[in-house]
Amino acid sequence: MPETLEATQPEAPEASNEPVVVFDKVSIRFERKTVLDKISFTVQRGETLIILGPAGCGKSVLMKLCNGLLKPDSGSITVFGERIDTMRERDLYGFRSRIGMVFQESALFDSLSVEDNVAYRLNEEGIGYDETHKRVEEALHFVDLDHAIDKFPSELSGGMRRRVSIARAIISGPELILYDSPTGGLDPITSTTIIELVVKQRDVSHATSLLITHRLQDAFTLATHRYDANSGRMELIPDGGIDDTTRFLVLNEGSVVYNGNTHDLVHTEDPWLKEYLS
Amino acid sequence: MPGASTESFAKSTVAAVQEYSLLAGRAVGNMFSGPRYWADIFTQMDSIGVGSLPIVILTGFFTGCVLALQSETALQEFGAVSRTGSLVSLSMVKELGPVLTALMVSGRNASGMASELGSMKVTEQIDAMRALGTDPTRKLVTPRVVATVFMLFFLTIVSDAVGISGGALVSVAMLGLNTTAYIHSSYQSLAYGNVVEGLTKALFSGFIIASVGCFYGMRTEGGTQGVGRATTQAVVVSSVFIIIVDFIISRAMISIFGS
Repeated sequence: MPETLEATQPEAPEASNEPVVVFDKVSIRFERKTVLDKISFTVQRGETLIILGPAGCGKSVLMKLCNGLLKPDSGSITVFGERIDTMRERDLYGFRSRIGMVFQESALFDSLSVEDNVAYRLNEEGIGYDETHKRVEEALHFVDLDHAIDKFPSELSGGMRRRVSIARAIISGPELILYDSPTGGLDPITSTTIIELVVKQRDVSHATSLLITHRLQDAFTLATHRYDANSGRMELIPDGGIDDTTRFLVLNEGSVVYNGNTHDLVHTEDPWLKEYLS
Repeated sequence: MPGASTESFAKSTVAAVQEYSLLAGRAVGNMFSGPRYWADIFTQMDSIGVGSLPIVILTGFFTGCVLALQSETALQEFGAVSRTGSLVSLSMVKELGPVLTALMVSGRNASGMASELGSMKVTEQIDAMRALGTDPTRKLVTPRVVATVFMLFFLTIVSDAVGISGGALVSVAMLGLNTTAYIHSSYQSLAYGNVVEGLTKALFSGFIIASVGCFYGMRTEGGTQGVGRATTQAVVVSSVFIIIVDFIISRAMISIFGS
């Protein structure tokens, strides 16, 4: 795997004990169906929160709430110390420059080339062509897609699109990255490649991240692996170690079933969780 | 339960009107503040204006031709065949030019806008745009509204011109009228108010086409089937709106200019 994107990462923000994301009794319903019911959790700076749960339990809705793409019916959502549930849409556009998002189906702009897709945010910010092109090349190098810079999304495979989507999300060095099922619909080998990128991004930039996955295998790979900068590969943490910045949030029927670390999740006595994990 | 369905229909209709008003208002409001997407405006002008030119020319030309042909029979009864030019030019400039051009552009572009934005909506590209810090109304809707209003104005002028030329061709070649008499009659009968009326209709129609097309595109739900539904609704609703607004403007112009 290629080298890092350190050159484009912003300087690490000052250490703070303030959580990056705080959900406090957040509820949302669509028509008559309650999708999330009084959800509360926090994500600390540098943490990776893996969100698990059966299909339709509100994981993607939670992710969109976190970015202000949806507004909750009740409760409060605080990101970087600011209430985004009450923030005006106009202010949210600027605020989202601190957040990167990888969508479930990549959501690449199909009329733009890979370069223009990845450069989208930089172009919107009015950054010059030379600087933008350099950073696009770095971002594509990070996801090992240097050769795809002139291609269009329709010419890419599902896994390649997902990698371009990651490059687009990380190009501006966001402090918070939201991954909405980055491995959904991909074969196991490609899924591992994507997870390897997520591990690499986590260990290189130490950005806070939320990740939805349906594959328990991916979730536990994230918790038990680290990125080795020397070999440029993901490797198992020795002696059965677990990455202590990785935490789990399990949802079921709109409620939090589990919120904690990997060790406690694996040793849970909750019958529903045990069945879900088996 | 019939009561509940009536209530939900009323609520969804009011919600749709509110949503449309907000979108249209924002699209207009965005013109007066930055950032402005000039490249997108020019791209849309090319697509909507230049792209629609062939159908507008064909429609305008043959409308003028058939107008001359049909009016000749009626005018002959009153011995007023020499007034064919007047009838064609007035009909084209005040009514048929703006309305038919708007309907043709609506069929081509309201559907195109609804399907393009609808596809973006169902594939989460609109959400991705918002997540990347761009206002989709500013980036996608405002350029289409500006481009359609601007280009429909000139397309209507083109349609009027080729319609009158079509009428001239039929009048001279098939009805045996004098070319100079036709042109003189056409020109003399047109008053300032007639031109203003026709072009005002074009401005309103342009706004309707783009705002309705974008509105249905931006609220698309339900995958490819939803995109198809949005496309159909955009064309139907914009066409009906064009006819209704045509009537309202005609009435208003009669009040202002008196004929």
